[in-house]
Amino acid sequence: MILTRAPLWRIYAGFAVLLVAFWLLASKTNYPVGAGFWLLVMALWAVAWFINMRLANSEPGSGVLKRFNAIAVPALFGVTLLFLWEFVVKGFGVPLVLLPAPSDIWAKLITSLPILRDDFVQTFLRAVLPGWAVGSLAGFITAILCDRVPFLKQGLLPLGNLVAALPMVGVAPIMVMWFGFDWQSKFAVVVIMTFFPMLVNAVTGLQAAGHLERDLMHSYGASWFGALLKLRLPAAMPFVFNALKINSTLALIGAIVAEFFGTPIVGMGFRISTEVGRLGLEMVWAEIAMAAIAGSAFYGAIALIERAVTFWHPSFRARPGRA
Amino acid sequence: MKTEARGSFVPVAAISLIILVIWYAMTVPMNAVVADSKIAAAGGGLANTIEVSWSLARPVLPAPHQVAIEFWNTVFGVAPWKVKSLVYHAWVTLSSTLLGFVLGTLLGIVLAVAIVHVRSLQKSLLPWIIASQTVPILAIAPMVIVVLGSVGLTGLLPKSLISMYLCFFPVTIGMVKGLNSPEPMQLDLMRTYHASAWDVLRKLRLPASVPFLFASLKVAIAIALVGAIVGELPTGAIAGIGARLLNGSYYGQTIQIWAALFAAAFMAATLVWFVGVADRVTARLMGARP
Repeated sequence: MILTRAPLWRIYAGFAVLLVAFWLLASKTNYPVGAGFWLLVMALWAVAWFINMRLANSEPGSGVLKRFNAIAVPALFGVTLLFLWEFVVKGFGVPLVLLPAPSDIWAKLITSLPILRDDFVQTFLRAVLPGWAVGSLAGFITAILCDRVPFLKQGLLPLGNLVAALPMVGVAPIMVMWFGFDWQSKFAVVVIMTFFPMLVNAVTGLQAAGHLERDLMHSYGASWFGALLKLRLPAAMPFVFNALKINSTLALIGAIVAEFFGTPIVGMGFRISTEVGRLGLEMVWAEIAMAAIAGSAFYGAIALIERAVTFWHPSFRARPGRA
Repeated sequence: MKTEARGSFVPVAAISLIILVIWYAMTVPMNAVVADSKIAAAGGGLANTIEVSWSLARPVLPAPHQVAIEFWNTVFGVAPWKVKSLVYHAWVTLSSTLLGFVLGTLLGIVLAVAIVHVRSLQKSLLPWIIASQTVPILAIAPMVIVVLGSVGLTGLLPKSLISMYLCFFPVTIGMVKGLNSPEPMQLDLMRTYHASAWDVLRKLRLPASVPFLFASLKVAIAIALVGAIVGELPTGAIAGIGARLLNGSYYGQTIQIWAALFAAAFMAATLVWFVGVADRVTARLMGARP
């Protein structure tokens, strides 16, 4: 094929043309549709698949282009999926109750921004973020205590390992009973859910420093605190950030699930369960989209901070093209 | 490993005992709201305070022995096929957990094999698989159940699908790592044998990925149980550990909630333990030395 040898810029140009074609097809089509429409969709899909293969197998030389390529490949995959979703739902006339089309969800999303904002504030800013911070910090402090007191570590760590594998969302009804319907109970659930993963990971991380480095610290006559601050805490950071990432997902889940057990009339979990009851599926999907975006942004922010803090770690240092 | 476990028995027992003591002590202030009037009616004093706080019918925080008695009664005191039996509910949850676990593991392995063999999939699909986990699926689990229910899918399968969605992720990630774990030298050897991709997969990549698989399975089984429990919340609280939790919270049956929680904890621990045993047996069968 000629296109396989085409220079990269032509592939990107094809990418742009494809997006326009998808957009035109999505906005101009009058449903219901005939066989020609499906042929067109299949053809566009094939082109998207081909461009994606070509992009994935290309080896761009310069750093900027390489990074752009690394984003373009999954982006094209996602966009294609989104448009196929739109075409299939609209084309086959899938009932709204089953699965709304992306365009319907978007329309609902931009018309109900105030509600979404209130839910976001209630669930994310009041329960998820503070709970995540407090739970992780408490787990971290307990881990340092465990490190200082070996007896505590031997006793608490096996229990912590056990509890970290337990379905902790189960405490949600108890917390709602104790702290009431408002955000306090969700905050408590998030604190409990995030505590143990951090404890287990941080304790492991505090043991991660090598013997050689520890001996060096010893020969410097460093105190326990000095060695902790200068050597073992930095060495523990990859583990701590691993826990922070795990916790970011857990926190969102904990807060939303806790809202199923009782809430004031605001919050993402509340909105999801009531709109499901009213079969307002576009609203549910709008909430899901918001949760996904907030969750991804949260995760991404932690990953960025991680990269800045643990820049020395092999997994970042050895990234090809950054040497 | 063995000696380590024995060495930590005393500290674990001590910490557990401390937790138990704190728990008993906490029941007094926590239950004060409900218990105060009764304590006063009984004549006050420490003995009465403890007596009342530890035997309330609907305590804010039940005493450990109350939970233990409720657990014992609903597990061994009732025939296991009755609705009142905790064993019945545990079985409902367990069956959907296991079905979801099996489906999720299969999906995870198939995805991982595809990702390892098709380069464009690795670049385009893998980021989305990671992104898929930032969607709080547990939060939309009720909706998935309702939507599937409106299509006519009810019972075991919808709950299992949620477990499956949660399960497949750790399996895929672990298996991609595991299938890529053979060293270049070993792959080169396979190439000199003129082995097909299928042979390389069967004789080199799959055996090499087994330790990674079991590490992932331990995470997956625990998370599958969580999925099954949350999946039971919206089904109108009919059966299962999740339904038991919801029922308890509707009717203020705290002791019942705690007993269900302990049942869930016990199940999680047993399931993870089972995977651990399977791991060791497989390793031994494959010729690893203990």
